[in-house]
Amino acid sequence: MRAKLRLLRLLRLLRLLRLLRRKSMPYAALLPMALIVLVGYLGTVLWSLKVSMSSSRTFPAHDFVGLTQYARLFGNERWLQSLENLALYGVLFIVACLVIGFLLAVFIDQKVAGEGVLRTVFLYPYAMSFVATGLVWQWLLNPGNGIQQAVRLWGYADFEFDWIVDQDKVMYTIVIATVWQASGLVMAILLAGLRGIDEEIWKAARIDGIPTWRVYLSIVLPMLGPSVGTAFVLLFTAVVKLFDSVVAMTQGGPGIASEVPAKFIMDHLFGRANIALASAGSIMLLLTVTILVAPFMYARSRAAHRKASQ
Amino acid sequence: MNATVTRARRNTRLDPARIGIYAFLVSAAAFFLLPLYIMLVTSVKPMDEIRLGNIFALPLSFTMEPWQTAWSSACTGVDCEGIRGGFWNSLAIVAPSTVLSILIGALNGYALSFWRARGAGLLFGILMMGAFIPVQVMIYPLVQILAALHLFSSLPGIILIHVIFGMPVMTLLFRNYYASIPEELFKAARIDGGGFFRIFLQLMLPMSTPIIIVAAIMQVTGIWNDYILGLVFAGRENLPMTVQLNNVINTTTGVRLYNVNMAATILTSLVPLSIYLVSGRWFVRGIAAGAVKG
Repeated sequence: MRAKLRLLRLLRLLRLLRLLRRKSMPYAALLPMALIVLVGYLGTVLWSLKVSMSSSRTFPAHDFVGLTQYARLFGNERWLQSLENLALYGVLFIVACLVIGFLLAVFIDQKVAGEGVLRTVFLYPYAMSFVATGLVWQWLLNPGNGIQQAVRLWGYADFEFDWIVDQDKVMYTIVIATVWQASGLVMAILLAGLRGIDEEIWKAARIDGIPTWRVYLSIVLPMLGPSVGTAFVLLFTAVVKLFDSVVAMTQGGPGIASEVPAKFIMDHLFGRANIALASAGSIMLLLTVTILVAPFMYARSRAAHRKASQ
Repeated sequence: MNATVTRARRNTRLDPARIGIYAFLVSAAAFFLLPLYIMLVTSVKPMDEIRLGNIFALPLSFTMEPWQTAWSSACTGVDCEGIRGGFWNSLAIVAPSTVLSILIGALNGYALSFWRARGAGLLFGILMMGAFIPVQVMIYPLVQILAALHLFSSLPGIILIHVIFGMPVMTLLFRNYYASIPEELFKAARIDGGGFFRIFLQLMLPMSTPIIIVAAIMQVTGIWNDYILGLVFAGRENLPMTVQLNNVINTTTGVRLYNVNMAATILTSLVPLSIYLVSGRWFVRGIAAGAVKG
């Protein structure tokens, strides 16, 4: 009798354990994600924030110096030059990619022959690494052997195209190389958007006698809003990340003419051993991203909610 | 349907507008192909020809020597072993990183879509925002953490780093994919007594082939093309091909061998380019899927 009771109790305990195990499985499976989110993402950002308010140089110091590093950062000529470069680069790069990508998408959308080949050609640079394409453009743009020399050999002896060694124009060469690499991406995204537009709109526009270019500009482009937004976010994150191309093309030179924030941070983390200043720079970068991307994300989630509630 | 027909008819006549469209597309294509052409021709010219000649000219005397040099004897500093070491390093980094990040991404997506775990939504939200954090913010703390775990400058270390940075997109990809699978299917499996991992391994994963292909293409090309993470975390012994390529070209002293440099650049791009050419539409799908970030 007693043995039977004990067995029953044991069985109940086992059942409870099994239930617990089943309930806890999803939690166990999400453990790696939780760890990475809490330590890898949240933790590291807070850590950098803390370091940026310390006086750490080569080794972490655990003091608190308030915003001193930020004041130092904005008194640093190299940092200011980096910011200015990034702003100029960002505007030119994003606008050029969007315009060229849109034009390519619209022209491809005209039921042209060889569409598949053209799309492959416009997008292949995006499959390569920024280092590789940077090195190719460095080769193309070097005045001694590149395009300048070639045009001179064709008989235009005064031809000049030495932007990559010109302090005032070197940023434009980085714009050219990266636009070449990324505008195919915009083309792919916008083309997908164009294909999703209702044919009825074209019919209606034809009946009203509106010229094609007008339809694209006034009707189709606004309808592509979400696709353009997606492309913008992708391009914007590429702007903030800008590092590989600069390292491959100019190493920040001539002088400091093509320095960018990401490179400033890396140099101060590893080469110049000033981790507090570097961390302050990285927090500024994060702040910029937050300010520029947050409104967009907000608008997007609002739109998603509205769609869901309809 | 009617609209398509009229539109097609309007567009297939060879009028000036039509010629203009082709002129634009062909010249754009020429601009996009130009660097590839220059890379190819430069890589098969001897140095004399490069020094004296025109960058656009076809090679007068064809040589494959630069390719051999680039692969097995180009110098970075004092080592003259070419970039073949980088090739194998990249392979050793890419393969496990891709498999691991896909597995974890799929598991996350599955748990998020079908199992209501408390707090999971919040975690996911933070992870999605994490996709926008510039890597520079995370690099120094990650170096410290990996050093404490004795993983800094090691193969497992760089793999872990790629898993961390790949997690937002991978999780999103699979979460969205599983969201399109009917809930009834999952419920039926539950009623049949399937547990968490059994449903995942025997039902969900086998149904995930298309999204696994997309994810693999994204991860392989993305990790292969990575430069900054490999530079910081991989360590001397495991430097990926991109880092070695940059070292070969930008840190050589003495005469610059442009033909070798271009051959090395092509060699480094070969893997992602072939994946792109073979996968075609899948590649674009990956971009589109990755672009819905957030």
